[in-house]
Amino acid sequence: MTSLLTRFQSGDRRALARIISHIEDGSPRTPALMGQLYPGGGKALRIGITGPPGAGKSTLVNGLAKLLRDAGNRIGIIAVDPTSPFTGGALLGDRVRMNEFEPDGTVFFRSMATRGARGGLATATGDVAVALSSFGFDITLIETVGVGQVELDVVDACDVVVVVLVPESGDSVQTMKAGLMEIGDVFCVNKSDRPGAERIVADLKLTLDTRKRVDDAWRPPIVSTSAQTNTGLDKLYAAIFSYLDFARESGWFETHRREQAKKTVVTLLKQRFEREFVERLRSAGEFDSAVAAILEGKTDPYRVGDELYERFTTGRESVPQSRV
Amino acid sequence: MTTERKIRVLLAKPGLDGHDRGIKVIAAAFRDAGFEVIYTGLRQTPAMIVDAAIQEDVDAIGVSILSGAHMTLFPAILDELKAKDASDILLFGGGIIPDDDKDELEKRGVARVFTPGAPTEEAIGFLRDAVARKKTDETLM
Repeated sequence: MTSLLTRFQSGDRRALARIISHIEDGSPRTPALMGQLYPGGGKALRIGITGPPGAGKSTLVNGLAKLLRDAGNRIGIIAVDPTSPFTGGALLGDRVRMNEFEPDGTVFFRSMATRGARGGLATATGDVAVALSSFGFDITLIETVGVGQVELDVVDACDVVVVVLVPESGDSVQTMKAGLMEIGDVFCVNKSDRPGAERIVADLKLTLDTRKRVDDAWRPPIVSTSAQTNTGLDKLYAAIFSYLDFARESGWFETHRREQAKKTVVTLLKQRFEREFVERLRSAGEFDSAVAAILEGKTDPYRVGDELYERFTTGRESVPQSRV
Repeated sequence: MTTERKIRVLLAKPGLDGHDRGIKVIAAAFRDAGFEVIYTGLRQTPAMIVDAAIQEDVDAIGVSILSGAHMTLFPAILDELKAKDASDILLFGGGIIPDDDKDELEKRGVARVFTPGAPTEEAIGFLRDAVARKKTDETLM
């Protein structure tokens, strides 16, 4: 029987969908699979859409996907919704706003549940974006769960981030707060036909005037939209691409991608370290006796940590020194 | 990261009836049973439903039909699954469906038809068993 990967490489959408499930489920063969997908996995542009629940992210993604497709692109969409921490179940409802596309193969939409991740995306979202790019999609739209102020993983998964707000999103002190308000390369005030829209745009302007960004020269534009009536989407589209032009010209695009690759490697190392070192120590008997000693006041967590770390680092061959 | 295999199910309302209370009750029950439920909403064509099911890689499609068009819509979805080489995706559903029609639909390949009064636990149990019985001979690489 032909393998999934072979079918994937010949453009079989069903195989793409199955491979995404393998990535999501984190099967033991995922690392080898990703090794096959990474060539070509970084070609697609990744556009992130984030903002509070009910701000209109899905409707905006739908509208943007249409504009991008009309411009001749093949579009992959990843829409993330939360997994219940109590039952492990999820209601993935972003497709409700995405029903206008004819099944003609130019758009591929995948719903993902967070499955315990807390940064607004699923742990596997980045790898799924790699799979979509490797499959041949030109642009990937990534829609986060409805976020608060600190779920910012989208920054590490995308080339450009659109923060979607609504007129009710708060006053000038809210817009000055750290977190969500710092990650927008483009700000979108959706439902801008509602009262208060002009005020939040003014508050945002004030905030952005006084904020220093890492990529210094870029001043994030604020675009007013009403996604339901298709108002302002062309301006949002233009704003996204003017940021991407800026990022390319300034070299920030490559810098950002390099930082993302570093973070991915570090994350994988941390996961492995945790799996192979911390989990092994925890299951060893001495861990429990050390914890008991802490509770009896005989030692403290810092000393126990030091001792365990010592044992780990001396119990192995030393790291070879690099030859200078 | 979890390595547990999640049951994924797509719920849709094909055709023109807009009565979605029932399917929302099922969606909530499946969610609480630990399934990942992809809810696509109203007025779906069989082609849209099957295309979505393929992209979402679901184990099963559940549809609710209260319009009386079940003898048209169920077979149309089955045909579409067949045409897309996706007949391994289970199709089940519910609605106001006479017993004779239910028997006929199950004979033609609908995995299960639930009628009014069926407890949500029955649908959950059915789906768990059916997914556990599914076999795959696919190889990854």
